Amino acid sequence: MSNNHRLPRLPGEWIDRAHSIEFEFEGKHFQGFAGDTISSALWASGQRVLGRSFKYHRPRGIFSLANHDVNGMMQWGQKLNVRADVTLLEMGMQLSAVNTFGGLNKDPAKVLNHLSRFLPVGFYYKAFHGKRLFPRWERVFRTLAGLGKVNLSTPRLLTPKDYAFCAVLIVGAGPSGLAAALAAADQGADVVIVDENAQAGGSGGYQIGGELAKREATEALLVRVIAHPRIRLLTGIYAAGYYTDHWIALVDDKKMTKLRAEAVVIAAGSFEQPAVFRNNDLPGVVLGSAAQRLIYRYAVRPMQRAVVLCANADGYRVALDLIVHGVMVAAIVDLRAHHQPCDAEVELAAKGVEMHTGTCIVEALPTPGCSGVAGARIAAFANGVADAATARDIPCDGIVMSVGWAPAANLLYQAGTHMRYDDLVEQFVPDALPPGVFACGRVNGVYDFKARLLDGERAGSAAAAHVGFGEKRSVSVPVELESSSFPWPIVAHPQGKNFVDFDEDLQLKDFENAVQEGFDNIELLKRFTTNGMGPSQGKHSNMNALRILARLVDKHPREVGTTTARPFFHPVPMALLAGRGFHPVRRTPMHLRHAAMGAYFMSAGDWQRPEYYARQHKDRLECIREEVDMVRHGVGIIDVGTLGKLEIIGPQAAEFLERVYVSRYANLKIGMTRYAVMCDETGVVVDDGVVARLAEDHFYFTTTTSGATAIYRELSRLNTQWQMACGIINHTGAFAAINLAGPQSRKVLARVTTLDLSAAAFPYLAIREGKVAGIPARLMRVGFVGEWGYEIHVPAEDGVALWDALVAAGSPFGIRPFGVEAQRLLRLEKGHVIIGQDTDGLTTPFEAGLGWAVKMDKPFFIGQRSLQIVDKQPQRQRLVGFRLDQAHGGPAPQECHLVIHDGAISGRITSIGWSHILCAYIGLAMVTPELAKPDQTFEIRITDGSLVVARVTPTPFYDPEQRQQKEEA
Amino acid sequence: MKIINCPINGPRPVSEFFYWGQMRVMPDPVASSDDEWADYVFNCNGAPGVKREWWCHTPSNTWFIIERDTEKDQIVRTYLYGEEE
Repeated sequence: MSNNHRLPRLPGEWIDRAHSIEFEFEGKHFQGFAGDTISSALWASGQRVLGRSFKYHRPRGIFSLANHDVNGMMQWGQKLNVRADVTLLEMGMQLSAVNTFGGLNKDPAKVLNHLSRFLPVGFYYKAFHGKRLFPRWERVFRTLAGLGKVNLSTPRLLTPKDYAFCAVLIVGAGPSGLAAALAAADQGADVVIVDENAQAGGSGGYQIGGELAKREATEALLVRVIAHPRIRLLTGIYAAGYYTDHWIALVDDKKMTKLRAEAVVIAAGSFEQPAVFRNNDLPGVVLGSAAQRLIYRYAVRPMQRAVVLCANADGYRVALDLIVHGVMVAAIVDLRAHHQPCDAEVELAAKGVEMHTGTCIVEALPTPGCSGVAGARIAAFANGVADAATARDIPCDGIVMSVGWAPAANLLYQAGTHMRYDDLVEQFVPDALPPGVFACGRVNGVYDFKARLLDGERAGSAAAAHVGFGEKRSVSVPVELESSSFPWPIVAHPQGKNFVDFDEDLQLKDFENAVQEGFDNIELLKRFTTNGMGPSQGKHSNMNALRILARLVDKHPREVGTTTARPFFHPVPMALLAGRGFHPVRRTPMHLRHAAMGAYFMSAGDWQRPEYYARQHKDRLECIREEVDMVRHGVGIIDVGTLGKLEIIGPQAAEFLERVYVSRYANLKIGMTRYAVMCDETGVVVDDGVVARLAEDHFYFTTTTSGATAIYRELSRLNTQWQMACGIINHTGAFAAINLAGPQSRKVLARVTTLDLSAAAFPYLAIREGKVAGIPARLMRVGFVGEWGYEIHVPAEDGVALWDALVAAGSPFGIRPFGVEAQRLLRLEKGHVIIGQDTDGLTTPFEAGLGWAVKMDKPFFIGQRSLQIVDKQPQRQRLVGFRLDQAHGGPAPQECHLVIHDGAISGRITSIGWSHILCAYIGLAMVTPELAKPDQTFEIRITDGSLVVARVTPTPFYDPEQRQQKEEA
Repeated sequence: MKIINCPINGPRPVSEFFYWGQMRVMPDPVASSDDEWADYVFNCNGAPGVKREWWCHTPSNTWFIIERDTEKDQIVRTYLYGEEE
């Protein structure tokens, strides 16, 4: 392919002609230069059709060349929906257009173009109304909808997340943004300025219009910005979303950066808006700014013979740029009936260019095959209506549109800016900005080049002053002399195909029909027509849609208002959003010991705990049963370091505990422990543990594993509020804890400590401090599992040494580690309650069978007043022990299975397990009071719907006289 | 992400904080009727406006009070309990 559309070398062009790049598009070979985008290289090679539209599969070419050409999306291997208008060309690219069936040229789906009258607005919603046809429509839609093809074998990409900070962030490195950056940095602020383009300068680099001085001024600003020690200029990166307190998501092609700024200046500019006329989507119909980008960035002549449709001075400037670069301008068509001629217009008139005012383009005439423009049909235009009688055709191969702009205000909206419609500039401008958010340039309704520089200086200075750098400069920004946007750039046509939204192929009549059907509010209209819901998110359609709706319902655009702009400003690849999962887990000091012993780990809150220890040739249940048997008949060891471990010290420590737990602790003897239940203000059980008294003013106490963080936090809050003379310390992570349990436990412990372990010196429920295996330790004789045992707490760094010492000392007795499952069964045999499993968010201590611990005669404890009220009411439920008949052979009930009595739900199973020592299924169930009588039977409905009979049994099931864990009386 | 000014640690991201709830004065458990007590325990005022709330900076376990305008989503001020001037 020859570079027949490439211009001679231009100063400031983005391409590097020394580096030629070969690539393929739709199976054909092409060549471009380094610095080209895919679209510019194809256009330079004469390729006009770059893709097909979403709904009607119409051929489409370059439209904006500003990252919004959603009909020019390509697939390159595993890379989906590559934006051809901005993606840099790479050597060896093999590209194909998305959304075609069997290739760009053949695409049999283009027949949809001729069926468009059968695809009315809201077609999609209407198709789903009938249930009968739903499956067929679904198949059709699934085939037709969606862009690109996912390669399911794509390897997982791990993308980094970055974090950054600055005083002032400037979004947009055009003339106003650069001026803002300099003003802010000169006042002392640390500035970051970002721009989505590959190079900075914005419109200052391509909107020349015969005034090279503008470009020189922009370049001079850029030189100062780059040299400024307090400015970081980042290109090829866009601000995708604004979040609370100036937290901005910046996206480049590799990663997302979360930047926290102290002030933000939005200098994002504006999106040029298309005119609406028949066939305004043909390849060769381009925005004026797109034509200028093609020329000045990529040195590509957009067309040979152009008709320029305009409604502002920008259009005349584009015409000048076209002429300078060898494009014959056949005519300039101005929608306005009257206007003040600008300098460019005077110059064009002197060149003898044909000009029409009060005239519109009614229709772009297609070439055969609709792959390009053959001419423009123009007609007189008054009061927003074309006069068909005056129509005449002008041959051309390209149409350039420059009829207006819409502010790139997405981030301003996300920040909560109140916008108002300004009649002078015919666009929405910021009315009330949130604190720390500033706007300048076109997004602020300022279009004149010099005025934009002043506006940037004003905003940059104000932003720096907001952060505390310097004084806000007083800058007066001149008022615009003319509107750059035309209020009605829309021409009706009886045959339609005058597109408003190019993403979704919406035509003018679709809006008229939607409003007729009653969707006459901007939010409803958007959803029914799907306007602005395509990949470009309405950047080129929302403004025209708003103007159309305003005219249809006879309202001012300000009354119609805009839809809500949400993050992201621009589609962000999933690969950049997804990242490494971050779910930290806690491990006890002995974790590696458990792993070496074959532990199968489970999650307990944040912690990893051994569920059981796997043994060769034995299944899970067998392993658990052996662990239980070892504790009942020999000695077992379990890591209980995940328990919450707190200490409270001070003259009012006992009083504090009495206020937060339901039991009494003032009378607890030094060296003794007592079970502790905590309620919330509603009288519901929330936690339990053991309180040990070390001294008159010193207690050590435990909480449940899952409750540890929340209980410590809440106790701290209460202490803050009550201001009692005591302090609370959280030792949860600082201490390791091991429970040594079983009939042989005393003998094992005796081998590694000199403490007097006799029942008299160290009785049941006592706490002692001493050395175990040379390690300073606190030992408690508590019996959660119902055997003689010691809970030994040591500093975390000594946990492994203690574990090793106990395992070694226990080896002559066949000591085995046991896991959480064995412990659960052991405690169930003792009828001990697990808070949160046997109780729920409504269970009182009375219902859970813990009423014995509640001392209602205390002056105060949390939940007391509520329990007084609850106590006066009839009990709703009660936790009971039950067992199944020993002959029960079928499937056993599981936790949460329902108790059914007289056809009604009368309770649920909270715990159940097979007890080897009792040779029966035993469990706990929360049931209605009438079922909570001794020997009462009730039925449990299991998963297969059958009923299993259970019998209420007093707890503990095992060793009711507590002989195993206590010394002989 | 919102920034909260912890009275001890200064401005920190909201992800470091734990929200407890609105600060309410407990009625005298002895003097209050059952209905008054139930009202205190169960009925919270969710109407938008300036609320005084308990918050905790979790890494440092610092409890403090935030006066927050729940209608405007703005933090009016933060201070340690009992140090409201």
